[in-house]
Amino acid sequence: MKFVDEFRSPELISRAGEEIRKLADPHRHYRIMEVCGGHTHAIYRFGLKDLLPPNVELIHGPGCPVCVLPMGRIDDGLSLAAQPDFIFAAFGDMMRVPGTHGSPLEYKARGMDVRIVYSPADALKLARSNRDKHVMFFAIGFETTAPSTALTLVRAKAEALHNFSVFCNHVTIIPAIRAILDSPDMRLDGFVGPGHVSTVIGCRPYDWIAKDEGKPVVVSGFEPLDILQSIVMLLRQLRKGEAKVENQYKRVVPWEGNRAALRAMAEVFELRPYFEWRGLGFISQSALKIRASYAEWDSEQRFLVSGVRVTDPKAAQCGEVLKGVLKPSQCKLFGRECTPEQPVGALMVSSEGSCAAYYNYEHRKPVTIANAATN
Amino acid sequence: MCLAIPGKIIEIDSQNPQQAVVDVVGVRRKVDLGLLQDDRPVPGDWVLIHVGFAMSKISEADAADQMRTLTMLGETDAAMQEVRGYGLENEEQDPSGQRRTP
Amino acid sequence: MPIATSIRKISFRETQIEMAHGAGGKASRRLVEGLFAPLLFGSSPSPLGDAAHLQIDETKIAVTTDSFVVKPLRFPGGSIGELAINGTVNDLAVSGARAEAIVVSFILEAGLPTEILEAEVRAMGQAAEKAGVRIVGGDTKVVEHGKADSMYISTTAIGRALPGVEISPQAVRPGDKVLLSGPLGDHGITILLARGDLDLDADLRSDTRSVFPLVQTLVSEAGAGVRWMRDPTRGGAATSLNELARDCGLGIVLFEENIPVRDSVRGACELLGLDPLHIANEGQFLAIVSAGNAEAALQALRATPGGEEAQMIGEVREQPESAVLVTTLYGGSRIVDMLVGDPLPRIC
Repeated sequence: MKFVDEFRSPELISRAGEEIRKLADPHRHYRIMEVCGGHTHAIYRFGLKDLLPPNVELIHGPGCPVCVLPMGRIDDGLSLAAQPDFIFAAFGDMMRVPGTHGSPLEYKARGMDVRIVYSPADALKLARSNRDKHVMFFAIGFETTAPSTALTLVRAKAEALHNFSVFCNHVTIIPAIRAILDSPDMRLDGFVGPGHVSTVIGCRPYDWIAKDEGKPVVVSGFEPLDILQSIVMLLRQLRKGEAKVENQYKRVVPWEGNRAALRAMAEVFELRPYFEWRGLGFISQSALKIRASYAEWDSEQRFLVSGVRVTDPKAAQCGEVLKGVLKPSQCKLFGRECTPEQPVGALMVSSEGSCAAYYNYEHRKPVTIANAATN
Repeated sequence: MCLAIPGKIIEIDSQNPQQAVVDVVGVRRKVDLGLLQDDRPVPGDWVLIHVGFAMSKISEADAADQMRTLTMLGETDAAMQEVRGYGLENEEQDPSGQRRTP
Repeated sequence: MPIATSIRKISFRETQIEMAHGAGGKASRRLVEGLFAPLLFGSSPSPLGDAAHLQIDETKIAVTTDSFVVKPLRFPGGSIGELAINGTVNDLAVSGARAEAIVVSFILEAGLPTEILEAEVRAMGQAAEKAGVRIVGGDTKVVEHGKADSMYISTTAIGRALPGVEISPQAVRPGDKVLLSGPLGDHGITILLARGDLDLDADLRSDTRSVFPLVQTLVSEAGAGVRWMRDPTRGGAATSLNELARDCGLGIVLFEENIPVRDSVRGACELLGLDPLHIANEGQFLAIVSAGNAEAALQALRATPGGEEAQMIGEVREQPESAVLVTTLYGGSRIVDMLVGDPLPRIC
């Protein structure tokens, strides 16, 4: 696969690992956060931690849009759709996420019409071919995914397709990073920046992290060589005492972002004054809601939503794991009451959730010197 | 939030130029070009696909550049040693004594 | 004296059956081990396999059963009818037995056009002939319109064990090699694409076929060196190998660069966020072969028609206990677990 295989070259990966080991100052312990859940998944899938020296530690950030969704929102979405002639459409990622009374797949087993879609455009297609039903698309994702939802809503309006609405849970990445940096428990040296979010928002939104917080940010791609090269670039900055924003993912990310995507988002969405994030609490201006001009296609403006807050079970430490304060294995429920088949929190179900990634890919690995210190 | 795959545009829908077909090692998928209206791709271009939408064009030049940089990792030290020998360069040294690598 | 069936306890705690329980992964295993086994299999200590080898007086018989529930009924490379024959022939084959006869059970939906039924029955006849197996009886039931997704087929095959074959998870030893007869994922991805929900298109066909000729080659070549075999259907190679790992307590280490996957399967998996190790096959099998026999066995497979793409994909080790590890050329590794339920496409 072009643009994939060359970035998985074993020879070059070994070299990049070498370079990291050379660059890492043995008297320092580096704590680097990868913000995006897709990076967390890639790190585990490619076994990249095995290549890092013990003093370069990767901390998993909150960039998993499924993980940060409070259970109350899932309950609301499911109870809305639990009406006759409703179709609940969502990405595969949502299907096993637990609500108070079950996951979408469990609701499906009990008779609700639940469909997996790969694209918001698929949900719109469902609406076109099921005129006697209402299709509710349960939208999730950061700025990578929001523009596609936005364009889909523009199209729905243009077609005057009334049997379609979106239950919008899109969130934005910068407030989440701010919340992490504001957290007193965190000590971080730098960030592996979210490559795909950046194709939309560009690299400028991270300037304050470098200028005001003094932490370097390298916007990174998702192949093993991308992630390793980004770590190399971060270590180089750290060794020189620099803090700037760099774009490792140049082949895809334009520094200024994608104007057309940002326009589509601005047309359809506005910022909610505040939104609750699982683990991070209420954060202002951190989530998107559909504008009044698109009210007809906003599930929340069209239907009654209870808006009940559902707190996580007390024993679950989803919040601390999300913030990177605790490692998945340090949560008391990890691997016992909470496993991918019987998840207590979304971090265990979402494929990018650090608990699921750790459980599925790592925790039964033979302990080596490389992973002992950091796991 | 981040699963996005490179694909090559093989065909643009003549009826609807916002729709295209991309190829990913022999798998063909319909893709929406609506987010690339400011910089419309043509057949032969590579794009990054996420949830059925093309998010960005992929630059072969930048990719090749990156591969060159990556290939030079480890070789740079050897190259720098050589260049030092010529006494030509004007290297910056940071306090830890580490050479600045380009 | 055996405990009366009525007072045996079950450990299956879930209150309703979900799709996941039929997907061949962890949930399926919980159902079988937690409900069926305690109530039906008594105190039998042997691990539950797909096929059973029985001694009845002087005769040794192998028997297995399987049901076929697939949508759409027809897909590139095959149809439900072929799956129904090849599936049970393969279950017997990987238990080390040659299928001799099959009985078939149909559950048909009222309203099913006869020409569809005819097409499947023809397909079954052809598949049976190709596999060298006789269809000797069956049953038909018709249910109301709206049930049975057009057609469900169940087949039961009996046969006889191949001489010199003693396969069981307990026979597996550290140092044994893992052989795979051909590329992973062709069937599962073909079905996924054939459903049409995902707007993906590829030149891909189901790999449904009888693997018996290849099994026969392997057994002739390696005899008692063949420790274990399985055909990775629902849940994929990862599920089959995890079951083995749990049953024998050893670790299975796979070398990612050796695992054969067709480009188009790989492309579809990358696009959907799926792992080929979790995708079903209907015409491949895994075998654990002793180190001394493995290379010759591999060459023998490759020399057999249909076995050209066979690979040695890994080996058995002490660690990680009861788990499957995939390693890469650059030294990274990851654990691969059984699926929970069906593989779900993801966007994150």
